[in-house]
Amino acid sequence: MNLLTVIVLLPLAGFLLNGLLGRRLGRTFVSVVGCGLPVLAFLATVKAVLLLQAAGPDAALLEVAYRWASFGAQGFDVAFYFDRLTAVMTLIITGVGSLIHVYSTGYMKDDPSYARYFAYLNLFLFFMLTLVLGRSLLVCFVGWEGVGLASYLLIGFWFEDPAKAAAGKKAFITNRVGDAGFLLGLFLLYWALGTVNMDEINAAFAAPVAPAVSASLVGVLLFIGATGKSAQIPLHVWLPDAMAGPTPVSALIHAATMVTAGVYLVARLHGIYEHAPEASQVVAVIGVLTAFFAATIALVQTDIKKVLAYSTVSQLGLMFLALGVGAYGVAVFHVYTHAFFKACLFLGAGSVIHALGGEQDIRKMGGLWRKIPVTFFTFAIATAAIAGIPPLAGFFSKDEILWFALASEHGGSPILWVLGSATSLMTSFYMFRLLWLTFLTPSRMSHDTEHHVHESPLSMTGVLIVLAVLSAIGGFFELPHFLEPLLPMPAVLESLEHYEHTFVFVAVAVALLGLAAATFMYRRGLARGEALAARFPRLHRVLGGKYYIDELFEAVLYRPLHWISDRVFLGLGDRLLIDGSLHGLAALTRRASGRLSRVQTGQLQWYVAMAVVGVVGCLVWVWRHG
Amino acid sequence: MADTQLLLGLSFVLFALGLVGVMVRRNALVMLMCMELMLNAVILALVTFSLETATLSGAVLVFLIFVVAAAEIAIAIPIVLQLSRQRSSLDVEGYDRLQG
Repeated sequence: MNLLTVIVLLPLAGFLLNGLLGRRLGRTFVSVVGCGLPVLAFLATVKAVLLLQAAGPDAALLEVAYRWASFGAQGFDVAFYFDRLTAVMTLIITGVGSLIHVYSTGYMKDDPSYARYFAYLNLFLFFMLTLVLGRSLLVCFVGWEGVGLASYLLIGFWFEDPAKAAAGKKAFITNRVGDAGFLLGLFLLYWALGTVNMDEINAAFAAPVAPAVSASLVGVLLFIGATGKSAQIPLHVWLPDAMAGPTPVSALIHAATMVTAGVYLVARLHGIYEHAPEASQVVAVIGVLTAFFAATIALVQTDIKKVLAYSTVSQLGLMFLALGVGAYGVAVFHVYTHAFFKACLFLGAGSVIHALGGEQDIRKMGGLWRKIPVTFFTFAIATAAIAGIPPLAGFFSKDEILWFALASEHGGSPILWVLGSATSLMTSFYMFRLLWLTFLTPSRMSHDTEHHVHESPLSMTGVLIVLAVLSAIGGFFELPHFLEPLLPMPAVLESLEHYEHTFVFVAVAVALLGLAAATFMYRRGLARGEALAARFPRLHRVLGGKYYIDELFEAVLYRPLHWISDRVFLGLGDRLLIDGSLHGLAALTRRASGRLSRVQTGQLQWYVAMAVVGVVGCLVWVWRHG
Repeated sequence: MADTQLLLGLSFVLFALGLVGVMVRRNALVMLMCMELMLNAVILALVTFSLETATLSGAVLVFLIFVVAAAEIAIAIPIVLQLSRQRSSLDVEGYDRLQG
């Protein structure tokens, strides 16, 4: 039985049904198809996992769906590959995906384009599953581009608003830059190894005879692809803008699943990175810098979704830090815990926005915890989880990342640890700031808004509760250990071997420090925070301006490109050369024919005379030259 | 031999007469007649050469020219008729609207 193919094709069927028939068959049909097929896919995944578990720790299920292209003895197959890493990713995608589909039935209830929304969401699941289940990099790339498409469609879901449509375009175009790196890496691998199957690539790099290609070069190229999809410096600019989409989309695509595709890619191809210390170093440094700088930006954001967006960028940075120091299993562990608590946070934010009738500015919230208690409690649990308060899920994964950043023999260093811990401190601070300002401080809402605040329907709160429970207990499942047959853990520096528990206490202390600082600053409301901002106005402006990266890109890339297009290609090339030469030819013809047409007088005698002159001329010419 | 030269001379004179007539006269009908004169001059020349070289092709070509001339007249005369009906004049100077 083609179980893996079925998993992939179920959401595609949902897309086709909802996309083609959804508008005619009504909302109930759309909801049942839109949520039912992902749930079926989840059940199929569970079955596949059971099969895999029966087969042993490092076994894999392999299914060739069909032959895509063949040339000579070689060819490309659309094949699906299912090992423990794929299993974790697929469970997250179908599981969290199904929950978010259910949540969407409540959140998008009154939207006129309900069927289109579910069609896109199912399309996204299809491509995401193609991405993680594909055995060859080529199939993975199809999914990679497909999730980009789905992301574009969903960010610009309310395309009537030009700003939202522009955010969609920005995401798509920024990703193109990364995709160029991905493709170059893919070509290079195929050229050197003659295969694009990821298990074979890993095996080739592990072989005693090294492949005739620089692992670092390939690693860096593929990592460029990952920076695009996973919003790492310098291609992180699209993710905060992507919050223009509906909030469940932000939760599913821009927090839990799609943006972790880069992490998955690097973890899947760990065979390359294990033999590429330089590339790993690049990954670690970019990761920790992204984590650090995104966290500083998140400190001053006032839009509830923007805070969460920068927090996502920052957490993705931590995942890449783990990948860079060789702790691939730990990175996937953080993907897994992050999927729960960040989805819960985004969906909670969606519930808040829903309750307030569209308000997203945390300066105009406060005191919501009495009005929407379920949202508050779930949000609080997820906040504590991301801040790293034990024993919630985020604590386990983040603690291990920081430990390996310091102690891994594969590139661990104190600088990485310091930056990572600073990120962790800031994460705790801005998340509790968000919690205080949104739910706990005295209300700053207008009377009218306050009157209409209401708890969300069961379809939404139920999902929040499930995700909060998972955020709370998810960390007890020892994922790195589960993945160890595939993704071996890096060795730990001997000098640090006995200090692991000490650093656990440090990590907890850091998280609690962030909590205490946020409580001190924001317990009473905005006043202390604003006073601090007034004391460091320049710093506050730089952070609020997001380090002016967008402006930098505009000045360095957009303006020159626009100038060249406008002046050189349009002005000189199109207008002057092409239009000019055509217009010149036309004018020449018109003027010449104007002169010549004067010969045609309408006088027959004149014509006869001309004919005679011509004939005589011919005769003379023949006589002289004949 | 003298006959040949005489005939060719006649042919030349006829052609010149026709040409001058076409160029000088303004009456459309007279111009047509002058054109016929030129055609006949050419026919005369052809027949003369045919005799001179003792071949038949020149004589055969004469029939072709007859046919062409007949066809030409069959079209030209109605045109002239239409012109005279429109303006009740055959002066070609008046018909100069077809100009660039």
